[in-house]
Amino acid sequence: MTKLLRELLFPFIAVVAAFIVGGILILLVGDNPITAYSLLLGSAFSWPDGIGYTLFLATPLIFTGLAVLVGFRCGLFNIGAEGQLYVAAFATAWVGITFFNLSAWLLLPMCCIAAILVGGLWAAIPGILKAKFGSHEVINTIMLNFIAVALVSYLTQYHYRAPGDPILQTTVIGYGAHIARLGKFIPTFPERIPLNLSFLLALLCCLLVYLFLWRTKWGYEIRATGSNPSAAEYGGISVKKQIVIAMTVSGALAGMVGINEVLGYHYRYYDGFSDNYGYTGIAVALLGRNHPVGVILSALLFAVLQHGGIYVDGFSEHVTKDIVQVLQGIIILFVAAEGFFRGPFSKFGLLKQSKV
Amino acid sequence: MKDIFTLELLWSTIRLAAPLILAALGGLFSERSGVINIALEGKMLAGAFTAAAVTYAADVKLGLGAGSPWLGLISAIAAGVFLAAIYGIVCIRFRADQVVSGAALNILMLGIPGFLSGALFLSSGSTPQLPKDHLLPQDPKIIGLALALIVAATWYVLYRTPFGLRLRSVGEKPEAADAAGVSVEKLRYSGVLLAGALAGMGGAYLSIGQSSLFTRNMSAGRGFIALAALIFGKWRPVQTLMACLLFGFTEAFSNQIQGLIKLPSGEDIPVQFIAIVPYVLTIIVLAGFIGSSRPPLALGIPYRKEK
Repeated sequence: MTKLLRELLFPFIAVVAAFIVGGILILLVGDNPITAYSLLLGSAFSWPDGIGYTLFLATPLIFTGLAVLVGFRCGLFNIGAEGQLYVAAFATAWVGITFFNLSAWLLLPMCCIAAILVGGLWAAIPGILKAKFGSHEVINTIMLNFIAVALVSYLTQYHYRAPGDPILQTTVIGYGAHIARLGKFIPTFPERIPLNLSFLLALLCCLLVYLFLWRTKWGYEIRATGSNPSAAEYGGISVKKQIVIAMTVSGALAGMVGINEVLGYHYRYYDGFSDNYGYTGIAVALLGRNHPVGVILSALLFAVLQHGGIYVDGFSEHVTKDIVQVLQGIIILFVAAEGFFRGPFSKFGLLKQSKV
Repeated sequence: MKDIFTLELLWSTIRLAAPLILAALGGLFSERSGVINIALEGKMLAGAFTAAAVTYAADVKLGLGAGSPWLGLISAIAAGVFLAAIYGIVCIRFRADQVVSGAALNILMLGIPGFLSGALFLSSGSTPQLPKDHLLPQDPKIIGLALALIVAATWYVLYRTPFGLRLRSVGEKPEAADAAGVSVEKLRYSGVLLAGALAGMGGAYLSIGQSSLFTRNMSAGRGFIALAALIFGKWRPVQTLMACLLFGFTEAFSNQIQGLIKLPSGEDIPVQFIAIVPYVLTIIVLAGFIGSSRPPLALGIPYRKEK
């Protein structure tokens, strides 16, 4: 119990500290932090819109948070979730467009597999490069993000856009590939809210990632590689193999963002759809202490902020929705510099043994 | 072809390479001291926004006229140094993960300019337009000369001064440097702060040199291209300069051929293909396909002094 409390305490302190710094910034630009924060946090809890949109926004963040988590557990930093989710989203749309008339029983699984497969393969590239040549996955995933964005934007612009469409988007996918919105199943929940079954898929993935990492041999080997590669190698684990597996699983998870966005929301590939989901995933995983349950909680927090950002933009005088990005950056900084809090709090013996 | 390879292409290469060169040299100081710098992008954004905002204020509020961009440039350097100081404290003092905190600064700087311009200029992420004659020098000959001097100075400092020798030693073997009485912390702080200053300067050139205002996310990945150039240039000043010129040239070339050259099918050459050249080259070079590119040995490893 004290262990759990300790795990929760540190992220909590980091968030509070970030809100204090953010509050000072809001004061400096001449607005009232309490008003701004109540706009930011308060709008998320209304039924059905607040809750519906918040859960919808949390869905991609759970996927990318899990993606970053799996990398971290293997000692890898996957900054490439952004690129992986773009190629995966395009791939799922491509399947939905190419096999337009197939029935849902075939088309939907094919689209989902396309997203998972392509996301995984795109992430396997830096994995293989690291395993074979030792080149740093951080640099390669950053470079591949730019390549991914350019590639899908080229394909959309030159090959899959409806003639004359001024918007950079593909034509629509077949009806068989649509994923049902939750409004179909819940009586008081309107279908215009894009929250769809992918949210449940995201929760299922949290369970699967937990079982994979902590209950299978593969997961054990990945975590062993992450905590001490030389010891793992000595113990007979092929570190190179684990690096490739972890990157592939990580990319597959990031790729599932495409399922939510393409099959559950836009019903087509829409260029530039991602609101930095891949990068926010870093914050989600770190704040969630690289645990699937933590990922759900921190994805919800960032979704609340993202949803509230729209209201801040509309109703406050000076503060803009950029405050969300600012808070996110400060939270990661505080989480990264955990030692910053060790000083003042170590007296109470609460943060002594916590480690990322 | 005659219309493409003109003197104008050379000038535009220099103009486009200028911010890359400044940021990449900044990254060089930081990485040779052993601190990874994926936050060049964030520092460029900080410099670009500060330069545009201060130049505007100096021009309109203080009436400094043609002197205002210089105040803007100095403030941009200060902003870069300020951000680098936060980065240094987090990574060196508190030994935080350098990549994670770098990513945090980049995310933070996607928000700060919009946040401040909303408050200061009631705009959604851009600063007011500046008059064309109150900007940094545009003449490519002056810029080229200034850049040559900065690269030469970097080379000299790195390879011909005691400071440079110590800086490189803490990036390779901090334990040995420490044993020889060199302060690893101090040298890494200097590397990181120099990176902030140069990247801030590079950012300033984006907003008040190439352009005449700050717009949302205007660096558009140039901090990462600078990082790519640094790796492509194998962490050496002259090679890094060459890499920046190459990447600047690809951008200039891609601008130049718009509408001039067409594919056999009669379509324009997709800009996306030229835009990814720096990124593809970096991956290839990092994998060791073109000679070996070895990062400083202690790059990314926080140093804990033995007591």
